[in-house]
Amino acid sequence: MSIVTVQLGQCGNQVGQELFEVISNDANDTQRKVYSECSSERFFNETANRELVARSVLIDMEPKVISQSIAKTAKSGKWRYGDRSHFSQKQGSGNNWANGYCVHGPRHEEVVMDIVRREVEHCDCLAGIVAMMSVAGGTGSGVGTYVTQCLRDAYPNSFILNHLTWPYGTGEVIVQNYNSVLTLSHLYQLSDAILVHENDTVHKICAQLMNIKHISFRDVNKVIAHQLGSVLQPALTGDSHGIYNRNPIGELMSSLVCHPEYKLLSVCNIPQVSSSSMAYSMFTWPGLLKHLRQMLIANSKMEEGIDWQVRAPSLQPEGIKRTGSHRRPGFNTSLANLLILRGKDVNNAEISGFQHPSLYTPWLPADEAFSMWKTPVPFNKYEKSAILVSNSQTLLRPLDNMVGKAWNMFASRAYIHQYTKFGISEEDFLDSFTSLEQVISSYSQL
Amino acid sequence: MTQSVVVQVGQCGNQVGCRFWDLALREHSHVNKKGIYDEALSSFFRNVDSRLMSSLQAVLVDMEEGVVNEILQGPLRELFDSTQLITDVSGSGNNWAVGHWTYGSAYREQIVDQLRRAAEHCDCLQCFFLIHSMGGGTGSGLGTCVLKLLEEEFPEVCRIVTSVYPSAEDDVVTSPYNSVLAMRELTEHADCVLPVENQSLVDIVNKIKHMSHSGKPGSVIKKDSAIISGQGGVSGAEKPFDAMNNIVANLLLNITSSARFEGSLNMDLNEIAMNLVPFPRLHYLVPSLTPLYTLADVNIPTRRLDQMFTDAFSKDHQLIRADPKHSLYLACALMVRGNVQVSDLRRNIERLKPMLPFVSWNQEGWKTGLCSVPPVGHSHSLLALANNTCVKSTFMELRDRFTKLYRKKAHMHHYLHVDGMEQGCFTEAISSLSSLIEEYSQLDATKDRLMPDAARLNIAT
Repeated sequence: MSIVTVQLGQCGNQVGQELFEVISNDANDTQRKVYSECSSERFFNETANRELVARSVLIDMEPKVISQSIAKTAKSGKWRYGDRSHFSQKQGSGNNWANGYCVHGPRHEEVVMDIVRREVEHCDCLAGIVAMMSVAGGTGSGVGTYVTQCLRDAYPNSFILNHLTWPYGTGEVIVQNYNSVLTLSHLYQLSDAILVHENDTVHKICAQLMNIKHISFRDVNKVIAHQLGSVLQPALTGDSHGIYNRNPIGELMSSLVCHPEYKLLSVCNIPQVSSSSMAYSMFTWPGLLKHLRQMLIANSKMEEGIDWQVRAPSLQPEGIKRTGSHRRPGFNTSLANLLILRGKDVNNAEISGFQHPSLYTPWLPADEAFSMWKTPVPFNKYEKSAILVSNSQTLLRPLDNMVGKAWNMFASRAYIHQYTKFGISEEDFLDSFTSLEQVISSYSQL
Repeated sequence: MTQSVVVQVGQCGNQVGCRFWDLALREHSHVNKKGIYDEALSSFFRNVDSRLMSSLQAVLVDMEEGVVNEILQGPLRELFDSTQLITDVSGSGNNWAVGHWTYGSAYREQIVDQLRRAAEHCDCLQCFFLIHSMGGGTGSGLGTCVLKLLEEEFPEVCRIVTSVYPSAEDDVVTSPYNSVLAMRELTEHADCVLPVENQSLVDIVNKIKHMSHSGKPGSVIKKDSAIISGQGGVSGAEKPFDAMNNIVANLLLNITSSARFEGSLNMDLNEIAMNLVPFPRLHYLVPSLTPLYTLADVNIPTRRLDQMFTDAFSKDHQLIRADPKHSLYLACALMVRGNVQVSDLRRNIERLKPMLPFVSWNQEGWKTGLCSVPPVGHSHSLLALANNTCVKSTFMELRDRFTKLYRKKAHMHHYLHVDGMEQGCFTEAISSLSSLIEEYSQLDATKDRLMPDAARLNIAT
């Protein structure tokens, strides 16, 4: 089954390109033919001349990023984008969600959906659509939301996963909080799941784990692509009997998103080291899994600086319901977790630490909350890697900050005239704020 | 690729405009060695025929012929099509009313015609750049009339105005009248205004000269440097205001760099207006440019890179005399060119943030852009645009100078004689300026007060 990716705006296109790079390198690297073929089928279309064409649609409201991407990949010779799989305009969306959603989206709906349709038709069987975008700007966020709506209407039975990149807290775009709030509130109704990467977190990974001195956006994008690739590449699920999982997106959804109020997913991937130290690193499954578990419950995204003081709350004897007062401070409660193990000796890995009910919210039985995929094929040159996709309170604080800042700005009505002139009213803003406060409240009570 | 059209009005506007074309050409020929008309060039130049000499998307307006004639005889003459020039003979006599009402109505059709032509040549017109001075008659009066026309004819195209404000020692006696009358138009009809003061430009030029003559090793100004004048440019010998005009021209070059060249975080012109203008009338942005001089070595270590960021917030590098650090920042944009990475940018923002007071609802109010192509002769550069309440002091000074003349009704008869001009224009203009100052003051008042966070919505659980 195949996945079609829709890359939206500058960020979506830049990260998307790195994603295909990682996947193609990973698939080419490996000696395992079945894995390789499954990965190729999933992400690329092989043409008559044995060329690999990415199953991807590139959309942007200004041309520079897309032309660069296409040129770069054509040069590399390993894979390329489809000749007619891209659409760009000249003007850009001016960092204005309203401009993207109310003007550009509807204006170009037909052309864009045409390209998507063609790409979907190239697939023997569609597993799902991954839409990649940032929330801070105008195109990724505004046009991206509109396109997601169109995808939902056109493919009501397909899975749609939105991959979002959240901007640096200290600001890349001044109105980023408005754009983020509008995007998230709309996507929550349209998307099946929302997988989030935060620039701040990835930046720290680059700085502290990978020791990159002058971090560029390319470095950040590569880490995001590595993490996303490690989730989407083929793996064996519990009941797949030796065949690679056919629909990773569908399985992701069913494992992690059991309730429509809880759709925010985050990814943790260890180990993450610089390529120069890889040769000198030895990892064991017990070591990796111990760190990963603590990263989950102490809400840390990196192997360094984990707070080992945070412990899972002790279980109450049967019959007594656990209430909020038993939650320890700093403890990250999960709704559901998906553990993916890739590499040598996977079958020896001891994962019971992730199945303990104390990690999870009480209203979902622990054995339904935890799932695992594995494959003996190593990912992207890492002999062993452990990936945790979780639906937990990890994003609660960043989301709350984002809504708080946007609300403060809204209280003074700053910049609102820029949105109302394109058709987004104060009412619309209030609706968005309300839905996100609801999400925050739901996650707080896990 | 989007296009922009430059409209230069009056003596100052045209002189600055020409320096801008000179630098733009030099920048593009530096980047585009093959001389092929490419995407980047198309933002300001249109392809007339297969020669490289393409035509500028510009409209030049002046009510006396001196400056425009010089252009027509200078080396840039091949780039201008005679229809792009709108001139008259006698000038406006430093009288805003003559510029705005008399010439405004006389040349209205011709100007609209030219603007439409320029716009039609553009595939996708994003922005009009208006360059003028505030103190005189043509730039100030006719220039603001053109601004109104732009809003009427092309309401969806962004209007960015570069205005040169007169200094207190300006030799034009009526410059306060002209400036205040023009201010009203700018407040009502422009999307963004980049105010520039002659005195600051003079200070900067002196500083550069001082650096180059001080004999410090490593502070030699490179020959190619786009900052200092025509050496290496198309025009050759330097004229009196050239150095100052160069700085303003550089401002325009840097603002548009991300629209013309690639980068890892693009910042388009419409994004500037979107991010830096929280309330429609408060659209006056303080520009600062760094570095002002090139250093001899190319691989500048990080310390010097950080210095560039620090300098952008120092008064010496601003193009108007005001003190942003002691006023309130509403928003700030950093446009970086050259080999600078996002980590450098983030590090410097973290470092500088504690020293800069931001308004309570925009504590992280930074808009950033990274363009990979540096300006000619430099390895990197930084343009900072700040929407800061410090412009209030410039406006207050202007208001004072106006009031001194207005109280005595000095020179007013020259204005009131002009058809279309009435006493009401003066009172409206001064009240517009006063209310603008008041809006800035109200925001300023929040500065040292600890503003509580707005109470969040309560959701029924």
